[in-house]
Amino acid sequence: MRIEILRRASGEEKARWQRFSYEPASEAETVATALTRLNEREPLRDEEGREVPPIRWDCSCLQKKCGACAMVVNGRPRLACEALLTDYPKGLRLEPLRKFPVVADLVVDRSVLFENLEKLRLWLEAEPARTDAAVETAYEASRCLQCGCCLEVCPNFAPGGPFAGMAAAVPMTRLLVQLPSSERKELAALYRGHIYEGCGKSLACREICPAGIDVEAMLVSSNAIAVWKRLNRR
Amino acid sequence: MSTINIIGAGLAGLSAAIELAKRGLPCCLISRMRSERAQSVLAEGGINAALDVMGEGDTTAEHLSDTLRGGVYLADPNAAAGLTEAAPELVRWLLRLGVPFQTENGRLIQRNFGGQKKKRTAYAKSSTGKALMTALIDEARKYEASGLIRRLPHHSLLRLSLSGGVCDGAVIRDLYAGGTLLCPGPVILALGGMNGLFPGMTTGTTQNTGDGLAAVFAQGAELANLEMLQYHPTTVAVTGKRLLISEAARGEGGRLFVMRGGARWYFMEELYPELANLMPRDVISREMARLSGDHACEGPFYLDLTGLPRETWQKRLPDLREEIRQYLKLDPAREPVPVSPGIHFFMGGLWVDEAHRTSIPGLYAAGECACQYHGANRLGGNSLLAALYGGLVAAGSAACEPGGNAEPRPLPEEPEPRVSPAFAHALGETLRAGLDVLRDGAGLRAALDRLSGLGPQTEAERARLDLGRAMLLSALAREESRGAHTRTDFPARDDGRFRKTTVAALRGGEVKITFREIPERRVTKP
Repeated sequence: MRIEILRRASGEEKARWQRFSYEPASEAETVATALTRLNEREPLRDEEGREVPPIRWDCSCLQKKCGACAMVVNGRPRLACEALLTDYPKGLRLEPLRKFPVVADLVVDRSVLFENLEKLRLWLEAEPARTDAAVETAYEASRCLQCGCCLEVCPNFAPGGPFAGMAAAVPMTRLLVQLPSSERKELAALYRGHIYEGCGKSLACREICPAGIDVEAMLVSSNAIAVWKRLNRR
Repeated sequence: MSTINIIGAGLAGLSAAIELAKRGLPCCLISRMRSERAQSVLAEGGINAALDVMGEGDTTAEHLSDTLRGGVYLADPNAAAGLTEAAPELVRWLLRLGVPFQTENGRLIQRNFGGQKKKRTAYAKSSTGKALMTALIDEARKYEASGLIRRLPHHSLLRLSLSGGVCDGAVIRDLYAGGTLLCPGPVILALGGMNGLFPGMTTGTTQNTGDGLAAVFAQGAELANLEMLQYHPTTVAVTGKRLLISEAARGEGGRLFVMRGGARWYFMEELYPELANLMPRDVISREMARLSGDHACEGPFYLDLTGLPRETWQKRLPDLREEIRQYLKLDPAREPVPVSPGIHFFMGGLWVDEAHRTSIPGLYAAGECACQYHGANRLGGNSLLAALYGGLVAAGSAACEPGGNAEPRPLPEEPEPRVSPAFAHALGETLRAGLDVLRDGAGLRAALDRLSGLGPQTEAERARLDLGRAMLLSALAREESRGAHTRTDFPARDDGRFRKTTVAALRGGEVKITFREIPERRVTKP
């Protein structure tokens, strides 16, 4: 099969497509397998036989639990370790995520994700309440990988803008459902300003989340706590 | 007060950073990737603590005796006592941080795990590590915002800065921009295990290369019990790694069998009627290795989860079922899963004392890169606990270091340390062959011979090779069978000669192996 990769040695460089030919050894191979095997070629040569440097990409757990290997596979953000090659019989086109600065090749700097979480003060200042329902929602929310795939497809998220996207909304839900009502005023206000008011409810993120988090349920839960129950109380 | 440098942002590193911050002490939290990408997020089954919430009369004394027996009496009993006594309060702290441990009617519940008769393992379905890390990352963020924890993500350790045999800083490399930095101050290593020595052959992450450990070994740090590799009995080869089927699957009722004479033989239930499928991992993996040489047994071993109630899958193991479906293309609720032992955990690592001091003053270590608590075999549920507790203890010890508060400063840029994939694979295959579940002197010597022919081309390859050699020599020197180390040529346990810690050190370019006494259990606390 043919694998095309959008490459550049650094973020400042102009990107160019490079092509490789690759034969999967089994039907179980993923995009992560292909990238690993290509980098095992010493030296690595492109389709035209030119010697090229190893492909830079982030990879850690290889079982879709760490979010490191998120990239754009044939136009759609995915984890390389869950994208089976058999899903792409016509070939692969790999690009870095487009909403973050590129470091090199397929590696992006996702710092903005973590800066947003800090700006939104995502930590507990009070002891959490423990009901079975709150624990269930907190568990689901705590599965967020911070991979950035949801931001990639979001029509409302832009780095630097006020809307922090689902990558912040999900972790926020973990805290909102667990905080006692007397302790969540500040967080609820941040939720309204940085999530509720910016979310256009396209829910593109629901289809794309590699962890399969029920993002709609997260929004329903947080909206109830931070928005409408509060209105009803007036 | 000194800024303390923590290398590694997994559970042990995070725990150390938070502990320092609670004491008002600043640290640099240095890691190749963000905490979300650390191996700790892969931990599935749970964390042990004798909370006695299940009405079984569990005690910390029993947790201690299970830990020491599970490790076949090779762990420091004082350190293990500290661990098991601290466990209940640590889990209560995690609850206060909002870790979504499983509850029933608002009350914490615990599950069975290997090597322990009491239900002692607190859990968040089958993603305990992830749930725990999420809460600790949030807690660390509070101190990042206040400036006490300074994160240096996308940096890796090149080597220690040593002055007169004392560690006074860490030399790190920026993986994004390529620059080199010196971070002055004491160092806590929380590097994780040595997966990179066995590429594609472990259940862990590719980021835990073992190269940081190899670098400090080359600089003279002592390593301990390197021969103690944990083979987890229920793993499956998938592309690029081994996939772990959590011990929780057996804790919830999973059964191991092999076909014999045309019928299923639930061998663990027959051979070990009391704990059966929940015997410690070393015992099960050893039985599987032995039975695979038995001509009466046919085909692979299977983990039979088909008898688990639907509610267990929904409430306790949902992620595990999804993962098996995704990567093995089978539904474990309907058909048995073929499994075999795979490398899962390194009991060995940097030699540390009870206070997590290494053999180099100013250098501390915690988590999987340190040799502490687990002896010759780790119990399931004790790794999250040991990473968390070890981080706290290391931080407490490092906090006593004097020193200035100097800022990280740039050094001349150095090329990226390189280990070629071909070299890594050749080394890995050689080590794996010598250090199988069942090993012997001839196999270990043959592996050592093959290492001599590998011809390292870079400093990083040389360091990795020395670490691999130390592992083989440690296994060769321990002429007995204990825990994860089974020598077919020395099948008996030999307490007189070998109830000791194996210590490996690089001296004058040669790996030296010695055995060090294990501390006696103190009657009263110091």
